[in-house]
Amino acid sequence: MAILDVRNLSVDYLTDDGTALCAVEEVSFRLEEGRSLGIVGESGCGKTTVMMALLRLLPEEGRIVNGQVIFGGRDLLHCSEAEMRKIRWCEISMVFQGAMNALNPVRTVESQIVESLRLHITQDIRVARERTGELLELVGIPAQRGRQYPHQFSGGMRQRAVIAMALACAPSILIADEPTTALDVMIQAQILELLERLQAELALSLIMVTHDLGMVAETCDDVLVMYGGMVAEYANSDAIFNDPQHPYTQRLMEAFPDVEEPGSTLASIPGNPPRLDELPPGCRFEPRCECQWREAFCAQKMPPLVELEPDHCVACHWASRIG
Amino acid sequence: MENQPILQVHDLHKYFPISRGVWGTLACQPRRWVRAVDGVSFTVQRGEILALVGESGSGKTTVGMNVLGLQRPTRGHILFGGYDVTEWAQGHGPSLETGGGDPSTGSGLCLAALSRRRRVMLLRERAQMIFQDPYESLNPRQIVFDVVAEPMEIHRLTHSREEKRERVRAALETCGLAPADHFWGRFPAGLSGGQRQRVVIAGALVLEPELLVADEPVSMLDVSIRAEILNLLHVLRRERGITILYTTHDLATAGFFTDRMAVMYLGRIVELGPTAEVLKEPRHPYTRALISVIPVPNPRRRRKRMILQGEIPDAIDVPPGCRFHPRCPDAVPECRETDPQLRAIAGSHEVACILA
Repeated sequence: MAILDVRNLSVDYLTDDGTALCAVEEVSFRLEEGRSLGIVGESGCGKTTVMMALLRLLPEEGRIVNGQVIFGGRDLLHCSEAEMRKIRWCEISMVFQGAMNALNPVRTVESQIVESLRLHITQDIRVARERTGELLELVGIPAQRGRQYPHQFSGGMRQRAVIAMALACAPSILIADEPTTALDVMIQAQILELLERLQAELALSLIMVTHDLGMVAETCDDVLVMYGGMVAEYANSDAIFNDPQHPYTQRLMEAFPDVEEPGSTLASIPGNPPRLDELPPGCRFEPRCECQWREAFCAQKMPPLVELEPDHCVACHWASRIG
Repeated sequence: MENQPILQVHDLHKYFPISRGVWGTLACQPRRWVRAVDGVSFTVQRGEILALVGESGSGKTTVGMNVLGLQRPTRGHILFGGYDVTEWAQGHGPSLETGGGDPSTGSGLCLAALSRRRRVMLLRERAQMIFQDPYESLNPRQIVFDVVAEPMEIHRLTHSREEKRERVRAALETCGLAPADHFWGRFPAGLSGGQRQRVVIAGALVLEPELLVADEPVSMLDVSIRAEILNLLHVLRRERGITILYTTHDLATAGFFTDRMAVMYLGRIVELGPTAEVLKEPRHPYTRALISVIPVPNPRRRRKRMILQGEIPDAIDVPPGCRFHPRCPDAVPECRETDPQLRAIAGSHEVACILA
């Protein structure tokens, strides 16, 4: 059963002179209960914007122009702000990108978690402290270290503390935005292991936003590949990694170093993701696409998202024609 | 001169003092040290790419800093092209010829006659650094042209404006920012992450150095751009014979383009050997653990991860015996007492572990 169903979500950003730039267009995905979904793409392809939109945390210039976000039988896009406040953190919580560096340096880690607990769950400071200790132990930090300040924590421990904070109200969905960027490989592995364990223990559904394919392959059941604000490919991770259909997915795969095949060449994807004010009229990936089947047609008409096989959707003219 | 290694590091130590505070000083508490680098030796041949791999706190960046003379080693020697540059950075250079090098450079200068400042400048001309974060290492108020031209001005290498323009152009275009005119008037804010890192590399290349110390040059970049930058470094080595010391925590990128690999743990090299061999047959338990946690981009090949708990202990209270034994899955009682030294086990593959 889908716990979260996002349908045709589109987001615009308004510029100073009033033009609307399309940051996310017609993005749909479903998060099944207890499963994990990876959202992959380069910087600037709209991954974080989608997450912010579904939590209704977009900055002022951002506008949701279309779509539905169905959670627990309600459309989050039509909830009042008061209802959203209850849903955020308590039902759906998020570990923001770089959150570990956003801890308040002059307050102890414990007091920062206690604060969020008192806002949402309990007024009783003793109960909140006790729960904080439990949360820290849950993510593998000895409870008494909660009395230390963030600078006394290493990067990996700060990230654990932020995850503990996100779990404070026992949410059913956890969104982790680049949870391991800027951490060492061993610490990355520890955090991944922690997320996997939490997912199993707490029956969490997990959305992982990242540009790191390796992480997705290790932890996620389903993968949504985004490019230029649109869905390029959406399938379970076995299909994405072993039978990628979209040229962008294929190129991303080639750019990822595989330690089991050292010395193999590493392909890069020349060029940059499209800028929002210069979106190509046809397929968003066409200017960078080196697929041998690319035609003039690709630059003119936007490819629809087609379901090639059950649960394997691709937005590419060529892939859908032969598929 | 040709067959001489470009860089020889002998028994390098770098300790940083810990502040004792006023009371500590008055009470004459013993001074304590962070042993960031604690006895590292390696050589790099001309045109070779050596990876220094390790987690944060392993001392790999400190090694790079010492090689460039940005820090003074506490003990040990660094020979660059045969010259002992340790003494240069320390400001008293009586033992210039300890490395047995020719006391003159290619340009016929007699080094002994030069001031310390001038000698450090000579080193910097030949060894340059690429920093980790191109979002922070570029001055946001400086246009690309000035970023790349500044090193030449500092080293007074250009005599005419024309020459300067041409050299900046060449450096930018080598780094894939072509046509250069299109980029050099821009501020860093107008460039993507990959382009910024190319500017940083161009700024290092414009002096035509022989050695590049690349400190995690791709860790802040997207995966799709990483390949571009690594390919660029690879091309620089192939076409210009530039030697590269590549420090990283990511064994996967290191495996892709380096010749040899030195794995560091807590200020020491624990394994050193040809990259392919180290990755295929890691002998040190730490290397094995590091390799096992590299994500494999295929869910069908998910492996058993050998996750080491905790983090590198701080380098103040270094564990006795083997430094790795408290976290080592294979440790035996003897590991607590014996401090293993690097020893060759097969050809040029060296390991510091009593069990290997």
